[in-house]
Amino acid sequence: MKKIMSLLVLGSLAMASAHAQKSAAVQSIEEYRAMLADGNPAELFEAKGEDLWKQKRGPKAASLEKCDLGQGPGVVKGVFVTLPRYFADTNKVQDLESRLLTCMDTLQGLNVAEIAKTPFGKGEQNNLTALATWIAAESRDMKFNLPQAHAQEQVAYEVGKRLFFQRGGPHDFSCASCHGADNWRIRLQDLPNLTKNPGDGVGFAAWPAYRVSNGQMWGMQQRLNDCYRQQRFPYPGFASDATVALSTYLGVNSQGSKSVAPALKR
Amino acid sequence: MADPMRIRAQIAGDKATVRVLMSHEMESGQRKDAAGKLVPAMHITEVSASHNGKVVLTADWGSAVSKNPFLQFTVKGAKAGDKIAVTWKDTKGDTRTDEATAA
Repeated sequence: MKKIMSLLVLGSLAMASAHAQKSAAVQSIEEYRAMLADGNPAELFEAKGEDLWKQKRGPKAASLEKCDLGQGPGVVKGVFVTLPRYFADTNKVQDLESRLLTCMDTLQGLNVAEIAKTPFGKGEQNNLTALATWIAAESRDMKFNLPQAHAQEQVAYEVGKRLFFQRGGPHDFSCASCHGADNWRIRLQDLPNLTKNPGDGVGFAAWPAYRVSNGQMWGMQQRLNDCYRQQRFPYPGFASDATVALSTYLGVNSQGSKSVAPALKR
Repeated sequence: MADPMRIRAQIAGDKATVRVLMSHEMESGQRKDAAGKLVPAMHITEVSASHNGKVVLTADWGSAVSKNPFLQFTVKGAKAGDKIAVTWKDTKGDTRTDEATAA
């Protein structure tokens, strides 16, 4: 009996030290992030994106400067925190990346079906990410305020919500399996609870972001794609209605939170 | 032609804190591609910085420096309006110089 008691005590001690270790680890991760924050390489992608916006490209040799991201042609400042939203010309709810595809198609005449099929990190996909990075940076520190007046925007939110909770795949996972409650984590990464507003610069408000571990710049589309990869789902199509709906759900939940994009991730 | 660097030179007292972000693959020569073949090394080997044309820093870099490297250093005796130029050279012989004005 005594032996069992001491074992129990030992067990709880081990748990206590594991807990203390975690907070120390989280602390040093935060320290590491603070050190990196000074030189976020996302700035390099911002600069590239700004150039690309003004550059005449594609079969029509046009720039994107007349692209309408929701606040009228050419308006870039503040648009990021209002996306995804409904666009009358395409009769669709679009996020930043799918809207950029529309502009690259109509203004520049680029083959956007081909771009959407291109794997992340290759060819035109890199340009698209750089553009998204710059446009997001132009709304840094602004508060998310997605419109929900149009019926299609409300549908996108509801569809996104259902997708978020939809379980499937070989592990019977959903987005909510990891992001459905507070203080969950994968390995050492704290996971935001995305069923409610996670706060300034967390979750939806932190992407596009530069990932230090692999030196890649990721937009929201790639973030969602990788979440699905981790769930062992089939990849969702780039700029597909499903990913835009999911973004709408996350964006509306983040209402009033500040965007820190482009952020810096481990 | 390589992408431009981002250079900021911030004056505090008689010193300037210079922050440089370089856009470079920094391929270490240790990685293998999808076919299992070694990806040849391609990284920055030399970095130099000058203050109004006078060299104030030189560095030999190797394969252990990260992709898109960040460099920070302090220049003594710098004033607002001074020119800070940074140059790198890589294993391919490619080179890039960018300049910033201290403020």
